[in-house]
Amino acid sequence: MSDPISAVPNSSGRFGEFGGRYVPETLTHALDELAEEYNQAKNDPEFQSQLSDLFNTFVGRPSPLYFAERLTEQCGGAEIWLKREDTNHTGAHKINNTLGQALLTLRMGKKRVIAETGAGQHGVATATACARFGLECIVYMGSEDVRRQSPNVFSMKLLGAEVRPVESGSRTLRDAINEAMRDWMSSVETTHYIIGSVVGPHPFPLIVRDFQSVIGQEARQQSLDSFGSLPDRVVACVGGGSNAAGMFYPFVDDAEVELLGVEAGGRSEHPGDHASPLTFGEHGILHGSYSYVMQDEDGQTCDVHSISAGLDYPGVGPEHSYWKDTGRVQYTHCQDGEAMAAFDTLTRTEGILPALETSHAIAKAMESARELGPGKRIVVCLSGRGDKDSNEIARLKQEGY
Amino acid sequence: MSAIDTTFETLRSQGKKAFMPFVTAGDPNLEFTGKVLRKLVEHGASLCELGIPYSDPIADGPVIQASYTRVLDQKQKLANILDAANTWTAQLSAPVVSMVSYSIIHRQGLENYVMRAKADGIAGAIVPDLLVEESAAFSEICQREDFSLIQLVTPTTSRDRALQICETSTGFLYFVSVTGITGERTELPPEVVDQVGWLKERTDLPICIGFGISKPEHVKMLSPVADGLIVGSAIVRKIAEVEEKGEDTVLTEIGTLVDELISAMNA
Repeated sequence: MSDPISAVPNSSGRFGEFGGRYVPETLTHALDELAEEYNQAKNDPEFQSQLSDLFNTFVGRPSPLYFAERLTEQCGGAEIWLKREDTNHTGAHKINNTLGQALLTLRMGKKRVIAETGAGQHGVATATACARFGLECIVYMGSEDVRRQSPNVFSMKLLGAEVRPVESGSRTLRDAINEAMRDWMSSVETTHYIIGSVVGPHPFPLIVRDFQSVIGQEARQQSLDSFGSLPDRVVACVGGGSNAAGMFYPFVDDAEVELLGVEAGGRSEHPGDHASPLTFGEHGILHGSYSYVMQDEDGQTCDVHSISAGLDYPGVGPEHSYWKDTGRVQYTHCQDGEAMAAFDTLTRTEGILPALETSHAIAKAMESARELGPGKRIVVCLSGRGDKDSNEIARLKQEGY
Repeated sequence: MSAIDTTFETLRSQGKKAFMPFVTAGDPNLEFTGKVLRKLVEHGASLCELGIPYSDPIADGPVIQASYTRVLDQKQKLANILDAANTWTAQLSAPVVSMVSYSIIHRQGLENYVMRAKADGIAGAIVPDLLVEESAAFSEICQREDFSLIQLVTPTTSRDRALQICETSTGFLYFVSVTGITGERTELPPEVVDQVGWLKERTDLPICIGFGISKPEHVKMLSPVADGLIVGSAIVRKIAEVEEKGEDTVLTEIGTLVDELISAMNA
């Protein structure tokens, strides 16, 4: 009898062969300390009740599971249900993780927090958690993302965070992570790095997955309550992969539930035109863990592209690589244009503006509905709302999307 | 014994310290890197550290990052760098050790990297993102091939862990002087002297200190406890000025800097 698929990572942070810890020695002590603190917190009823109280009264959890009736009708197939993480305080799933990690920061006696952000949702969620607990907050953001997600930059500043634009490399999420790591190399004794996705060295992929698993736990129960069974398929978008990890994890041992992760297919399948490491990448090392990554034959990380800042990342969380190679989760990709069309459809049929990231999942949920046909049910993680994207969408529409 | 072990044995018997400069391979081009390496050894470098450019170097400050970017922007490939290293190492009387990300080694295949680097005259590797816990497979190949695998200890490393790292490191131990990234500092933390001193009493492995060292004062402070000192950003910063100042001026300035630092080391 083999272990259930959920029984990862091991004590070295390995999800099968993936994960681990590939970082400079300087960070080892802080990562060990974080793993230890998290282990204690996980088994501390007081920590758990503090977090669930924040989820209920500050975030507004549980987030609803909503039947998208008109979207379902339009697709003419399986029922589409939306797990409404867009209704959370700050407008996305990111707050689930930042509150958990802010509580860990306090437990470790640290007063300063750094974070990276792509779409800005994690930056806003970190700035919010820091404001709530009186922690100093510095957010690294690629300057290209500062441009395309300006409403979130303004919010972070209002919340008292300092936003540091990163000019190196492709000036996107990957470079923001590099710069946050460099800050942490110097500040590790007094600072906690609230990483925003299920990426990075052990124990980050584990911690972020666990904090985000509230999404899937609720969705699983809500499915049983709403339609008396588990969904036939669960769909989520995957950049680093935190909303997908949190959505999928509580379902991975339910063999009858199909899981579908949607990467950013960008403009085309050519290298450099997309951000789909699980579809087109190689096994390699990036940002402290062993996972699928877009890299060249020398091991240099490749530039990637997506219209969505939150998915514009050449790597992916190690647990997704494990799920891919074990066949537990199917991964597909959705191109920029399809995501834009899905954005329009959901907005007009349901009155819900999804984030551009989320629109990738919506596109593949609509496709799934047609494929599975009537009588089946799909739950899609509506990971965030699209208000932050209004300006960028207006610009993209002028470009002909 | 690798060439690095031989170098430290000779230096110890002469009562000397190792001066170990770092240069980025291919910055601004491969030909100039060859010239810089020859200049450094002429001026007394005992060992040269060759930085293999990497796209996401999280342990590096702006000076070395920018040098990596300059090389990668020219689409310089690892194979060309190693071909060039083959020529350089044949001309140098001091060993060359690669500073290389595990992302690159992993992509080549652990064994392939070691065999290729060794064939090109490179004596070992410093892998800044390979922790002792993750290094067993690579370490075994390095041991078998007598290719030094230099491990790092930092101010945040506990004493027990530092001793464990000494046991698996070969060639020498790289002691990182600061909690932070590479790059020149005005001052270095004085605790490093005691930290290295403590470790020296417990290991025979040569200990070299790096990160932040750029001035004669730093060298004077650290050389009494160290077997060698590593200087990177201060040299790379000069190389970055080639376009502006011309090769000859930069080579002369590098020679002067090395002379100054070596004379402080032996003072």
